[in-house]
Amino acid sequence: MLAMNYRGPYRIRAEQRPMPEILHPEDAIVKVTRSCICGSDLHLYHGMVPDTRVGSTFGHEFIGIVQEVGSMVENVKVGDHVLVPFNIACGKCNFCKQGLYGNCHESNTMATAVGGIFGYSHTAGGFNGGQAEYVRVPYANFGPTVIPPDMDPDDAVLLTDVVPTGYQAAEMGGIKEGDTVVVFGAGPVGIMAARCAWFFGAARVIIIDHIEYRLEFARNYAKCEAYNFKSLEDPVMFIKKTTDWYGADVCIDCVGCEAEGNTLQTFTGRVMLMQAGSATALQWAVNSVKKGGIVSVVGVYGPPFNFAPMGNILNKGLTLRANQASVKRLLPKLIDHVQSGRLSPKELITHRVPLAEVSEAYRLFSSKLDNCIKTVLIP
Amino acid sequence: MKNQPFDYKEIPGWGMDADPENEPTYPMKNYTGDDHKRINYERSPQQPINVELLKSTERPAPSVVFGDTAPPSGLSGIIRRYAFKHSEDRYRHWIPLILADRINVYEGIIEDTVTGKLPNLFKEKGWSQEWKFDKLGVAKKAATVGFIAALAITYFREKRK
Repeated sequence: MLAMNYRGPYRIRAEQRPMPEILHPEDAIVKVTRSCICGSDLHLYHGMVPDTRVGSTFGHEFIGIVQEVGSMVENVKVGDHVLVPFNIACGKCNFCKQGLYGNCHESNTMATAVGGIFGYSHTAGGFNGGQAEYVRVPYANFGPTVIPPDMDPDDAVLLTDVVPTGYQAAEMGGIKEGDTVVVFGAGPVGIMAARCAWFFGAARVIIIDHIEYRLEFARNYAKCEAYNFKSLEDPVMFIKKTTDWYGADVCIDCVGCEAEGNTLQTFTGRVMLMQAGSATALQWAVNSVKKGGIVSVVGVYGPPFNFAPMGNILNKGLTLRANQASVKRLLPKLIDHVQSGRLSPKELITHRVPLAEVSEAYRLFSSKLDNCIKTVLIP
Repeated sequence: MKNQPFDYKEIPGWGMDADPENEPTYPMKNYTGDDHKRINYERSPQQPINVELLKSTERPAPSVVFGDTAPPSGLSGIIRRYAFKHSEDRYRHWIPLILADRINVYEGIIEDTVTGKLPNLFKEKGWSQEWKFDKLGVAKKAATVGFIAALAITYFREKRK
């Protein structure tokens, strides 16, 4: 089968690889129909995530048709078109039972700090991902969800990560009616977080980035204010001023470890790898939010540590909330939002590329060429 | 002196202000109290371990399922095995893993060469897209590299004289 093959930072190719096999009685083999490149895949592509081994296949946002099931699989059957949450969750451990499906204790042998994720390095379990023609899906009784027959597959594939992550970013913000919400990062997740902030009663939503075409997209899609931090002398001061010198009620970090905008963070995090990437967005979020405010983090940071203004978190009495999205918990609500027309995720898709051209697709997305927002790979 | 077990519920006022609704992680977490049962929950059968599996020292046993892709091998494998002797809290876990990743890239090139698949860097790096959509950027990068190369050549020529 054709699959993406990681060869090193900025080097990938599509090539023929062995078919995946059932390795556990609760496994399924899924024939991928669509697979996305996620912004967090770029952290792998750029060599930022420890234990990313040559020969791995990335891809944690995918949908497909069940091709084969293990002997204990009862909840999906061969031929079902399913969307597969990016987190691999057993549904039985204490964390899963409490809805923390991104923190499953039985899907990652290699690290305890994160649950298993498809195609996201051995730090996230060493599973191959869905940027392939076929993929092994563990815990098929729990994770895969049959796509409603009237749902567009382009909407469905974005329900595997982008939509739940953006929604949970807003949810974790504890947004109250009338709040001012600032989202850092106008990538697909940031745009979705800004859009979803309205669901919780925000009165004002501001998005901050430095890529003009993405800010323009966010203005139109998420109906929010959008500002380029390169045209602001200091984004923190800007937010203070625009909130009557009070600070935003909620700040959301949708950037993670490859943020730009602060020379020291960029140099120590991205150039020298002295910290796990650059924590500029987190720093701005902490410093822009009001005293007693909430900072919600869904931007991905790798181990082992980042420079963050812990003193300000303490002295301002902030609540810091963060997690990988719990996709399975949120799916019923989000499917309803999509089916009722309140959300249209597929509008984020700007590029469709054959799987055979995966290396070109990564470069396009990584270098933000051709006004790219979201790329879908078609096997 | 050993810690003596005691019934904490006998402490005056124990639990009287507990508020089950004061759960800052809700709705992300639907608190059930199961955390106090620790790892005593129903598990599915263990996936057979047929590849070398590096396990975090912070867990007692492998997770029920795991990925079998790219087991450790070569020099990078030796470094990864060392890294996994240390907990996720230690730099001696993560820094060797980053080193192993970089070495693994060169192992991949050797493997490709031995198997007759010479790496096509232009294709693998997707440079055609840069040329297609950002010719000016490519020209700037080429000019910068050319300028630095010219400076270096001039410097070394002068030094030889």
